Amino acid sequence: MATQLDEMFVKTRKENRAALIAYLPAGFPSLEGCKDAISTLAESGVDAVEIGFPYSDPVMDGPTIQQAADISLKAGTGATEVFETLNFAHEVGLPAVVMTYWNPIERYGVDRFAKEMARNGGSGVVTPDLTIEESKPWNSATLAAGINRIFVVAPSTTDDRLARVTSQCSGFVYAASLMGVTGARTDLSSGGRDLVARVRKTTDLPIAVGLGVSTRAQAREVAGYADGVIVGSAFIKALLDAKDPQSGLEKLGALARDLVAGVREGR
Amino acid sequence: MANNNIEAIGHFGPFGGRFVPEALIGALDQLDAAHQAAIIDPIFQAELAHLHLTYTGRPSIITEAKRFSEFAGGARILLKREDLNHTGSHKINNVLGQALLTKRMGKKRIIAETGAGQHGVASATAAALFGLECVVYMGEEDTRRQALNVARMKLLGAEVVPVKTGSRTLKDAINEAMRDWVTNVDTTHYLLGTVAGPHPFPTMVRDFQKIIGEEARVQVLELIGRLPDAVLACIGGGSNAIGIFHAFIPDTSVDLIGFEAGGAGIETGRHAATITGGSVGVLHGTRSYVLQDENGQTIESHSISAGLDYPGVGPEHAYLHDIGRAQYRAINDDQAMEAFALLTKTEGIIPAIESAHALAGAIQVGKERGPKAVLLVNLSGRGDKDVETAADYFKIDL
Repeated sequence: MATQLDEMFVKTRKENRAALIAYLPAGFPSLEGCKDAISTLAESGVDAVEIGFPYSDPVMDGPTIQQAADISLKAGTGATEVFETLNFAHEVGLPAVVMTYWNPIERYGVDRFAKEMARNGGSGVVTPDLTIEESKPWNSATLAAGINRIFVVAPSTTDDRLARVTSQCSGFVYAASLMGVTGARTDLSSGGRDLVARVRKTTDLPIAVGLGVSTRAQAREVAGYADGVIVGSAFIKALLDAKDPQSGLEKLGALARDLVAGVREGR
Repeated sequence: MANNNIEAIGHFGPFGGRFVPEALIGALDQLDAAHQAAIIDPIFQAELAHLHLTYTGRPSIITEAKRFSEFAGGARILLKREDLNHTGSHKINNVLGQALLTKRMGKKRIIAETGAGQHGVASATAAALFGLECVVYMGEEDTRRQALNVARMKLLGAEVVPVKTGSRTLKDAINEAMRDWVTNVDTTHYLLGTVAGPHPFPTMVRDFQKIIGEEARVQVLELIGRLPDAVLACIGGGSNAIGIFHAFIPDTSVDLIGFEAGGAGIETGRHAATITGGSVGVLHGTRSYVLQDENGQTIESHSISAGLDYPGVGPEHAYLHDIGRAQYRAINDDQAMEAFALLTKTEGIIPAIESAHALAGAIQVGKERGPKAVLLVNLSGRGDKDVETAADYFKIDL
């Protein structure tokens, strides 16, 4: 059974372009503010959203996402708010996935989390710290719930291991383009291109590249070789730096339109 | 030993494992391989043994605390003196082992987290000895509590980075060290200081610390002609405890008792007693007991002792607890400080506040078991670094 996300990639492949996937933590800048931001992203032509489950110990994240997660956690964001936000994204018609560190899933209950994802129209979950060695219960839970299981691979992942990781994935493969934490970079290394080429040899799944992309030029470059471009910190920064919510949404929309154009210029 | 097949994949029953970004898998595999090769390599073992003999000051001695015993139900109290090691705690045992592995892996930079500063000081010391670059991450709150150790690390040539995120304590220092490691993994070894974290750390750090119990077992047999009735240690992440417990695990007549930091009291919620007051979860790459809320968010821990102020615990302890081989109790701040003062005044030994939790445990267990009992207590560190905290606690004019 194809998820909304699967169908989205079929469409973008037909259009011979990469998809733009936007990341925002649920509850940031507030529960309602996040929904407003999702509406703005949808209106600006973003293809899908990745809703972050804010976590107290985000070892994969740089300062920008940490700051956003702190704001969200202080406002009391938990699983209920994550699913509410997910449901909202689904309602506005965007394919939506959740990105979460593993402990919130384990705490909520592995099967229960997968079911609740499906019930709220979620397409899948990105799990940045779940290794394939530990993923057995999650594999069966996601299979039963009919949602995508998205693992993250890195430039240091060996070819042999890449094949094993991507064989566990569905929806897309998340390629972390560089060794490091999330956050905008002025220079993108060649790591993304090389990694995508290596992942292609192991799977026909779409491959989306994340980590460091913040500008139209970077989006264009990545869209040249990947099926999806994931942008997080740059969107968050637009909201963080704004003097009021309205101007934040305007900046967010402007950035989104810029990046939407960027991914269409890639090929 | 007993757990060989589960350890092969880094698990202790349902605990342990690896919950880390894929970017770190290569480095963890490399480390695991280096560790596996080292434990069967006589040259490595000889090198480490030589360092312990000529640098650490091993074997550490046993001191019988005769006057202290009067306050512990008359039980015989044998102190394993890890406080007399170079740099003042058991931390050096693990650090020298990992520093040798760092050299073998061809890496030139080490990073470390520290709470009380003991592991940071030990790491900075090893870096000086081996000519490695060293960066120590320390919660900003802890840099204030342990200013003396910050100065020591800087004198030793390490860079100390105050961590200003989250609760600004040990757990956040670990987060920051992991972020550094993900970014610089090609050149850098993360010299983790306790038996937590992703595989192989819990097993590897245990292997470098188990010398404490191996020595103590022989020493106690020589001294009294039999095994002790119980082995006691304080527990934060659990490295000194697993170090002294491990050799005694097959000796089922010997009780293993760990003392967690009860802080202001378990009932107040302001504590660091992860096994006593926590639940099963994943933190810092391993499944164990953690202090967490209903959403799986880590709850900040509290303890007068910076070295025990951690909301997680090593997975092997979680396993020993669940199978009933070891028991874990909580000692609150006041009980620990009372024991701190008592050992100082009756034996002329100023213990680390961390170790004072085990001494408070000895008072408790001694009273329960009476004069026939022999209790082996790991005196894991010395209290020089805690003099300011103690002066403040006891309201001593400086």
